[in-house]
Amino acid sequence: MASYLPPAVRRHLSALRMLLVLTVITGVLYPLAVTGVAQAAFHHQANGSVVTQNGMSVGSSLLGQSFDLPKKNPNNPDEAARPDPKFFQPRPSAGSYDPLASGASNLGPNSPDLVKAIDDRRAAVAAFDGVSPEDVPADALTASGSGLDPDISTAYAYEQVDRVAAARGLSPRQVHTLVADHVHGRDLGFLGEPRVNVLDLNRALNALSG
Amino acid sequence: MNDTLAGWLQITVLIAALALTYRPLGDYMARILTATRHLAVEKGLYRLGGVDAEADQQWGAYLRSVLAFSAVSVLFLYGFQRLQNHLLLSLGFAPVKPDQAFNTAASFVTNTNWQSYSGEVTMGHLVQMAGLAVQNFVSAAVGIAVVAALIRGFTRRRTDRVGNFWVDLTRIVVRLLVPMAFVFAIVLVAMGAVQNFHGIHEIGTLVGDKQSLTGGPVASQEAIKELGTNGGGFYNANAAHPFENPNGISNILEIYLLLVISFSLPRTFGKMVGDHRQGYAILAVMGLIWAASVALITVNELHSVSSTAGHSAGGMLEGKEQRFGIWASALFAASTTLTSTGAVNSFHDSFSPGGGGMTIFNMMLGEIAPGGTGSGLYGILILAVIAVFVAGLMVGRTPEYLGKKLGAREMKFASLYILATPAIVLIGTGAAMSLKGERAAMLNSGPHGFSEVLYAFTSAANNNGSAFAGIGVNTHWYNTALGLAMLFGRFLPMIFVLALAGSLARQQPVPVTAGTLPTHRPQFVGLLTGVIVIVVGLTYFPALALGPLAEGLH
Amino acid sequence: MSLTTDRPPVPTGPGVPAPEPHRVSGGLLDPRQLLTSFPDACRKLDPRVMARNPVMFVVEVGAVLTTLSAAKDPSVFAWVITVWLWLTVVFANLAEAVAEGRGKAQAETLRKTRTETVARRLTGWRHGDRAPAEESVPAANLRLGDHVVVEAGQVIPGDGDVVEGIASVDESAITGESAPVIRESGGDRSAVTGGTKVLSDRIVVKITSKPGETFIDRMIALVEGASRQKTPNEIALNILLASLTVVFLLAVVTLQPMAVYAGAEQSLVVLVALVVALIPTTIGALLSAIGIAGMDRLVQRNVLAMSGRAVEAAGDVNTLLLDKTGTITLGNRQAAEFLPVSGIDVGELADAAQLSSLSDETPEGRSVVVLAKDKYGLRGRELGGHAEFVPFTAQSRMSGVDLTEDGDRRELRKGAASAVMHWIRENGGHPTAEVGPMADAIAAGGGTPLVVGEVVHRDGETIATVLGVIHLKDVVKAGMRERFAELRRMGIRTVMITGDNPLTAKAIAEEAGVDDFLAEATPEDKMALIKREQAGGKLVAMTGDGTNDAPALAQADVGVAMNTGTSAAKEAGNMVDLDSNPTKLIEIVEIGKQLLITRGALTTFSIANDVAKYFAIIPAMFAVAYPGLDKLNVMGLHSPTSAIASAIIFNALIIVVLIPLALRGVRYRPSSASKLLNRNIRVYGVGGLILPFVGIKLIDLVIQFIPGLR
Repeated sequence: MASYLPPAVRRHLSALRMLLVLTVITGVLYPLAVTGVAQAAFHHQANGSVVTQNGMSVGSSLLGQSFDLPKKNPNNPDEAARPDPKFFQPRPSAGSYDPLASGASNLGPNSPDLVKAIDDRRAAVAAFDGVSPEDVPADALTASGSGLDPDISTAYAYEQVDRVAAARGLSPRQVHTLVADHVHGRDLGFLGEPRVNVLDLNRALNALSG
Repeated sequence: MNDTLAGWLQITVLIAALALTYRPLGDYMARILTATRHLAVEKGLYRLGGVDAEADQQWGAYLRSVLAFSAVSVLFLYGFQRLQNHLLLSLGFAPVKPDQAFNTAASFVTNTNWQSYSGEVTMGHLVQMAGLAVQNFVSAAVGIAVVAALIRGFTRRRTDRVGNFWVDLTRIVVRLLVPMAFVFAIVLVAMGAVQNFHGIHEIGTLVGDKQSLTGGPVASQEAIKELGTNGGGFYNANAAHPFENPNGISNILEIYLLLVISFSLPRTFGKMVGDHRQGYAILAVMGLIWAASVALITVNELHSVSSTAGHSAGGMLEGKEQRFGIWASALFAASTTLTSTGAVNSFHDSFSPGGGGMTIFNMMLGEIAPGGTGSGLYGILILAVIAVFVAGLMVGRTPEYLGKKLGAREMKFASLYILATPAIVLIGTGAAMSLKGERAAMLNSGPHGFSEVLYAFTSAANNNGSAFAGIGVNTHWYNTALGLAMLFGRFLPMIFVLALAGSLARQQPVPVTAGTLPTHRPQFVGLLTGVIVIVVGLTYFPALALGPLAEGLH
Repeated sequence: MSLTTDRPPVPTGPGVPAPEPHRVSGGLLDPRQLLTSFPDACRKLDPRVMARNPVMFVVEVGAVLTTLSAAKDPSVFAWVITVWLWLTVVFANLAEAVAEGRGKAQAETLRKTRTETVARRLTGWRHGDRAPAEESVPAANLRLGDHVVVEAGQVIPGDGDVVEGIASVDESAITGESAPVIRESGGDRSAVTGGTKVLSDRIVVKITSKPGETFIDRMIALVEGASRQKTPNEIALNILLASLTVVFLLAVVTLQPMAVYAGAEQSLVVLVALVVALIPTTIGALLSAIGIAGMDRLVQRNVLAMSGRAVEAAGDVNTLLLDKTGTITLGNRQAAEFLPVSGIDVGELADAAQLSSLSDETPEGRSVVVLAKDKYGLRGRELGGHAEFVPFTAQSRMSGVDLTEDGDRRELRKGAASAVMHWIRENGGHPTAEVGPMADAIAAGGGTPLVVGEVVHRDGETIATVLGVIHLKDVVKAGMRERFAELRRMGIRTVMITGDNPLTAKAIAEEAGVDDFLAEATPEDKMALIKREQAGGKLVAMTGDGTNDAPALAQADVGVAMNTGTSAAKEAGNMVDLDSNPTKLIEIVEIGKQLLITRGALTTFSIANDVAKYFAIIPAMFAVAYPGLDKLNVMGLHSPTSAIASAIIFNALIIVVLIPLALRGVRYRPSSASKLLNRNIRVYGVGGLILPFVGIKLIDLVIQFIPGLR
């Protein structure tokens, strides 16, 4: 290092060199190595756990998606989404299941907006599913943290059985069994919550309906 | 298995895993920080970096190295973001705006990882992995390096040398962080975290719509983000995003990672000062506060305490993921706010007043239970110095900690340390609240809105990085104010810590006698815990009264 | 409360003087002192004086602000707060003034004793000068190295060393001890102090202090607190208090915009009240009084500390060096046992020993008589016939008695083994071989053997026999063992310094229960020991009086010079004990500790108080905006204004209530650090948490009736 430079300048140049050296290690070699191993050993997971059906992607099993009826006017961005009764419905999402807008509502625990949203959802879900409002479980009324929650509670899944069965002309029993088969218990038996992956369930439902 | 049992079981397993790691990891870190020999690869790095690895630095030189490295890092990261459109893997994103780029640079260099941007729509892959993630490594290492210097202050005698920053930094990165992060990144990928260099592309959905798939080197960043108590998410939803944190196992693993270094450092401390009991005492204080915080947040969330929305929905699930539920979310929330990590797997803004208030209080404690990597330990050691000083007087001796006397000079640095962060939090919050335009950034109204502002400055000054995320902080004012809060909140305390280290190292230790205040007994654990809670409680009580307390006691 | 009242009574035995009672108790507060100090307290309101105490300065600035605010916007509440804020400042000053006032009173008495002395200066004085030239000069004009002559009835004009003559001196002016002391040239009793009075004889004194820097001058300055400087721990504590003050100041200043947002804008009076309630005013007010009172407690025990730093260092001492003689043991050895040689009855030996000692007035001699009486029932008696006492001489190294009765002559001697045996042989006797080992055994056990021999001249025959050995032994002062155990519990190691041989020293050390000993100690050894201890980071305290102690006294962290000692010793040490009682070192250590404990305890108390004050003030400020916060009003205070006023009044009154505690120091019982801490946290931490809840509630019950505070 040029010794005619003032010590402070030399120190900062030295710091810059160290930063660059460490950047090569931690910012280039490290992620490349991880990517290499990941792509080789866990190709499916590393690329987003994308599920395909007949060679066509139908989404990622880790990302929630909407199961709405097609818009009446595809060019109207303000048109309210209408849930498709033939599918199990996911939780409310603050970002409408758009992976480019992941996140939560961030409404406070006593936010009047949130309370109103919960009340509205309760009424809507009860009406949609044909159940009494007090039978709607909490996860059906609250937006998830990521806005991409792929799961619903088992309670919410069972609560939707009758409506789905009716819409698809299946027996509620059949659909109920299907849900039961798709309940994913707590990981390792004690981590997190039991849940039902909505995409998996709806795919199975499609298969069942033929 | 019912909720309660499962909840207890996952806490127990987490504690058991941390307990198992305590000794080996703590001892290993002590070896890293005291070894006399360099690895061949390290020698090469020193040569490339042009630093003298044999120099033992005075505290001032050590500090100047820390500051020089951090200053260069801020500039580098700022430039990186501003020029990202010219670089590879930019995904077509525009340059980050100057104020936001400054805020982000300050944020990642200070180990805060406050994010006023949304990762998936702002930062290209190269900035994420070769800019932001690099700081995830080195800022964590800087914290450990500084605490190593402080510990040397306690262990060394009659010297003005506290170690070599470049050696500490390099060894921590090379021997500790990179190997651990690599292993855990692979594990995270196996569970579903993504790791690729794809751009954003659309895939079909089951009903025939399109959905964007956001790839990137996520797992590699996720591992170090938790391990280095950084917390800056690849995605806006942070660790609530299924690609960052796919299931219950990855979740507990991430909690473990963000706690493990900070909870093991007391062992390193005990080993280096030659008395493991000192490490256990510090660990006990950290553990007690952590356990109490986990319990309080869990209870508040489980019972929707004082939350109209929670009662109305029948559970505090707003902002929480179904796969985690309340127990794992509360556990994550307590751990992330007590470690200066700031990653979130659920959104604190929607927590009950008690649970959310607790996350604020956790940060106000100064990130010491167990705190950020290194910074947690030096923070709690400074508080121990304060506790020892008052208690030492009460046993009738000039107070001494680990054989080093706490005189005017030592108390000056310790006092400035405990003054610095609250001053930044209070002045920042006060300023924001007196500006009409900045108050408008609140998403919520009433006391909860105020809590958002208080949370923001508490998080920034304490280098946590999480948020009551409703607040709209991507403004000139907030980017600048919070950026400064993070820089001052990180480096002012570091200056005082290193000055204290220098002052301690100069001393000849005094021998331990029956008249010496023992700092390894339950008595001291209780004392230190009390001092921490009371001093912090007193400092922030008025502010807390107008935020979470006013909301909770409605 | 005195330092020693909690200690178990020290047993006193025969021949053992009771330990000196403390002449001064702890110094309780006379309520009148509060009144007399009031003017001083008001004078200290000068902001230039107040600025030295950052905590109270903030209160004063706050009081000025509320005064202006109350004048502009008068209300009962504003004036009540204003008045009590001023009172808070005054009370703090009062504490300091009272502490200083006590010193001032003592300084007054000292001044009274120092009359305008005229010195008789000798010009060109040399040793042996019989008729030196003399001139009269005012004492204030004396210079270093001047010689003055002082005769009976005259006051010594300045500090110095006696270079000629011997005199009895009344030192009551400074020590309070009425018994005169002997001062003589040469040796370790040569120092005299200006202001003391020669009672008999004539001495020539070489002046060793500059005018205005005499011992009495320094003492006056010291007790008046004029030369008071903040001690290291006090500075450190002040830094902590200042930073807490800044934190609370910030917490309140930044509270206003938050309060405005909440729709609860606060008046200036309320904000100032909150600041004052939170900053550590209690300890801030009492801190300097504690320091002054600590020095004062030393003065009351007749110890002059040259700096507060030394007092603090005393609390930190790790190692005490104690001279054996006079500190650990009584000055003299005492007979403990009679050991006859074979063939001699022990009664016979006791009888002979007693006879030989009846006229012996030395303490050793008297102790032989006492032992013979106590143990063998031999009463003291009139000697029949002709008895001639033979005193001890350096040549014979024996003493005894010659008894002549009916022409028979019986000579009894006791003395050093070699001398007595030599004497027996001279008289044709053959001391048995067992005497040597007996004497050696006693010496090995730390005692001193005195051999008793007898030479009988009867009928022209001379029979010389050795009867046996008297075991003389050092007697450890009563209660010392317990004292040392106490010190050990406090973490202080005691080292006995003695000129004895290692064997003797070891035995005494074991008996006294000291931790270590330094035998055959030379001043160099002492110095080396101190340096060794200090190299290990230990703080060393010692006492000394001789000139050759001076280097060690200077080296020690706490060096207590005896007032009887040389001026060199007094200069070298950082404390002087006017009573010249080496045992007092232990008390000095305790006072040092008590000083620190008082500071720590009141700091803890002060901070713990804040919790209750928050519970009084915060709901009062914000319950209007957020009614839920009224739940924090756990004391059920009457109204917002009465709540805030009660907190402020409590805050002021607690200072006055604690003045006596600050002056006398918190109770200190020597024990381990853990136990001390437990107790102090219980009393001052938990107590400090609870007491204000009660106090504020009680005050509120009273002041709620003031119209305007409803």
